[in-house]
Amino acid sequence: MASNFSIKHQPGFTAIAATCFVVLYLPIIVLVAYAFNAANSTSEWGGFSMRWFQSAWQNVQVIDATLRSFQIGAVAAVLSTIFATMAALATTRTAPYPGLTFKYAAINQPLMVPEIVTGVALLIFFSRIKIFTGYSGLGYLIAAHTAFCIPFAYLPIRARLENMDLTLERAAADLYATPWKTFRRITLPLLWPGILAGLMLAFVISLDDVVITEFVKSGGQDTLPTYMLGQIRRGITPEINAISTAFLLLSVAIVTLFFFVSRKRD
Amino acid sequence: MPEKPDRNAIEVVNVSKIFGSGEGQVAALDTVSVSIRENEFFTLLGPSGCGKTTLLRLIAGFDFPTAGEILLYGEDIAPLPPFKRPVNTVFQSYALFPHMTVADNIGFGLEMLGKPKAEIKARVAEMLKLVKMEALAGRRTSQISGGQQQRVALARALAPQPKVLLLDEPLSALDYKLRKEMQIELKRLQHETGITFIFVTHDQEEALTMSDRIAVMSSGKILQVGSPRDIYDRPAERFVADFIGESNFLKADVVGVSGGRATVKLSSGTKIPASLPDGFSPSGKVTIVVRPEHAQLGAASPSASLSGTVENIVYLGTDTHFHLRLAGGEPFIVRRQNSRGAGDGIVQGGQIGIMIGSDAAQVLKD
Repeated sequence: MASNFSIKHQPGFTAIAATCFVVLYLPIIVLVAYAFNAANSTSEWGGFSMRWFQSAWQNVQVIDATLRSFQIGAVAAVLSTIFATMAALATTRTAPYPGLTFKYAAINQPLMVPEIVTGVALLIFFSRIKIFTGYSGLGYLIAAHTAFCIPFAYLPIRARLENMDLTLERAAADLYATPWKTFRRITLPLLWPGILAGLMLAFVISLDDVVITEFVKSGGQDTLPTYMLGQIRRGITPEINAISTAFLLLSVAIVTLFFFVSRKRD
Repeated sequence: MPEKPDRNAIEVVNVSKIFGSGEGQVAALDTVSVSIRENEFFTLLGPSGCGKTTLLRLIAGFDFPTAGEILLYGEDIAPLPPFKRPVNTVFQSYALFPHMTVADNIGFGLEMLGKPKAEIKARVAEMLKLVKMEALAGRRTSQISGGQQQRVALARALAPQPKVLLLDEPLSALDYKLRKEMQIELKRLQHETGITFIFVTHDQEEALTMSDRIAVMSSGKILQVGSPRDIYDRPAERFVADFIGESNFLKADVVGVSGGRATVKLSSGTKIPASLPDGFSPSGKVTIVVRPEHAQLGAASPSASLSGTVENIVYLGTDTHFHLRLAGGEPFIVRRQNSRGAGDGIVQGGQIGIMIGSDAAQVLKD
């Protein structure tokens, strides 16, 4: 009956929804399809082949950039999750006070400041430090990634903490648990799904970053995304499609895992 | 039953708790003093916001008093954090640890005290038996019913053998029948363990059923402390009489005081004896309270204490409530237990006499 208003039955609903999905997914589908192209072109189909995956797999530069991406992502994810956990505890286990909202904003700053601004700022800042210290290793990239990953790790952890019953910690204290033991035996285990979710989200965000990495990296410090960007400038082969497809699968796998972990209760 | 020893487990001495500051200051507790004896079932009774939970939280250590001392067997525990007090709490929401089994929950306190594994295991088994939960030891706390969670919460708080067990409205989440069962169960547990229980509730029936002594609280103060019978039969203040059970309040004039009792003159001109609150010596106009079942009905005659008109008769099976209007216009209720047989000729609109016996009236302080 038409008496119930339903957005699904409005004229044009199906068309708009379909358009959105096509615009979102068609380019990705095309990209994935051409990863299996036997020809050298990303627009003319020359039959099915796995040769571009093989070639990417054997490409030393790709392997090198991938390993670097994982290395930076793993360290940055762990560090940012530790900082985010501490920040989440400090901002939820307290009575609201003036300035708390400002602290939320400060923690989430990387979500608001344009990446390009942070990139330029870090470039200038780190170049000074490089001159003073002479150190030019991966530390700069790790520090930068850690900083912009913090809000992504912070949000799921804070959400979990806010839903946690404070009486549980009180009950532990009542049963002779010191504050540290209360944290280790009660708060941390209950917070664990939030921490894992934050960790995975931070890892994916780090893996995907181009802008800040591009500004901060020294010579020979390409991550997978910056390597791909560099390759595209020299002309595209379906190898880029193959790398993108592998990257896509990895991200989807991690985000799916994130979904299940954060949905898990207790 | 053995005589309870006269040692005090808890002494609350002039404790105040003030929340907020400046204009918004609220005194949740206002210079409260009370002694709780070893081995007794002590209840803090009062409406929400009266300060009973605040007092419990101060004893547990979740909050600290603004002024005053809290002595546990003579030692001031007020400044100690909760994990250093040999006092355990049963929370209103139970607060069971959701990531642990029933047995791990019960053993948690002992584990934190650093007891050896074998001792913990034995004690947990003993506790499971005490609360009749042996079969569910390995379950997650989310897989058991509300009543079972209640038992686990009790076992968990009792396992470390606290000097005092604090219970914060633990029965309020249970349905009526389960609540009745748990009232008896709590009384049994208190008797078997010999631990001092401090129970917080707003339910007068719960308080009367279980307690050795009750403290009635209102607006951050303790109004009266006494046995359930004392509190019910001899309320000292109007609030206490009103909060617990039904009451008839009458204006009267004091005509004489001697030996803890007064003679008062009612509005009808009749003089009746009335008991006095401890250490209270009134004069002039007072309010007296008469419980509905402590007055009798009779013929409207000059020998009756009061007379009035029957406005309504409410038959309740076990007893009947007679709603009367006194000659002076005040309402008065008489409750009478029913027996089988025909009516007794009392009809709506009829005139009737009320007899107030020699030990039925109590003078109130306010």
